[in-house]
Amino acid sequence: MAPVLAYTAVGTVTILAVVLIVAALVFYLVSVIVQLRRITSGLDVVITHVGEIVQKSAPVNEVVTNINEQLDAGVDLLEGLLVKKAGLTDAVGLVEGLYAGASAAGFRSFPESTTIKAPRIGEVYTQGTLTLARLGREAPIAAGNPAGPALRDVERGSLAARQLYPEIRQTRPDSLPRSPVIGTDAPEQYEQRDDIGAPRKRRPGRT
Amino acid sequence: MTLWWIGNVVLLVIVLPVVVYLLHRVLNAAKSIVPSVHQIANVAAAGSKDLDAAALLLTTQDQVERTVAGVANYGGSLDVILDDAS
Repeated sequence: MAPVLAYTAVGTVTILAVVLIVAALVFYLVSVIVQLRRITSGLDVVITHVGEIVQKSAPVNEVVTNINEQLDAGVDLLEGLLVKKAGLTDAVGLVEGLYAGASAAGFRSFPESTTIKAPRIGEVYTQGTLTLARLGREAPIAAGNPAGPALRDVERGSLAARQLYPEIRQTRPDSLPRSPVIGTDAPEQYEQRDDIGAPRKRRPGRT
Repeated sequence: MTLWWIGNVVLLVIVLPVVVYLLHRVLNAAKSIVPSVHQIANVAAAGSKDLDAAALLLTTQDQVERTVAGVANYGGSLDVILDDAS
């Protein structure tokens, strides 16, 4: 009888140990499953938002590339125009005068502009010229070497400005309409008064 | 019989704690992932919301094209009005 009880006891302990191990496995594995389900639901949200990001950012590359191309064309145009009108040296100096230190980068379309020593444009042109340039208006900047002759054909520049006004003197006509004659002897009296020469009016008497 | 008892002791004293320890580590690792996933979800949502303005790039593109066209016209006029440097 004793060996049977001994076997029963050791068998019970074994079964108990296995049950404990299985219980621990079940508890922890179910907990892990719950956590994995939470992770899965969270990743579903992430995937949804990432899909939105991909969808929204899909055309960005093309649009930004197009914008950059447009801006590059604009920069090339303005740089070319500035160099054409002011000359490369003065253009570099003008840029340096407007944005100090910018001449070091030079013009993109003119690689040699980086090697040019920018002239002190404030000494070459008047302050008003730079002010006009900063305002984006037509400034009398033009040719050349600061040590050379006139910076701009003043006569043609003046003519261009005068042509903005009504046609009166630009073509230098032979005769202009005469100015009107004014005064008491003028042929045309603009204010014909009746009281001139008449007796002076008397003020009403005091009471 | 003795070996069986020894086996039971090993099972209860060594195997069971080791199993519980390892499973506890796995559970903690799984639990630590959940907040990170939620943070990633929040960041993704914020990123998606930030990209709502990406549609305005089309307006920017149109404005840039118009601006560059205006600058080109203005430059053409200046090219006519102003004297060349050389």
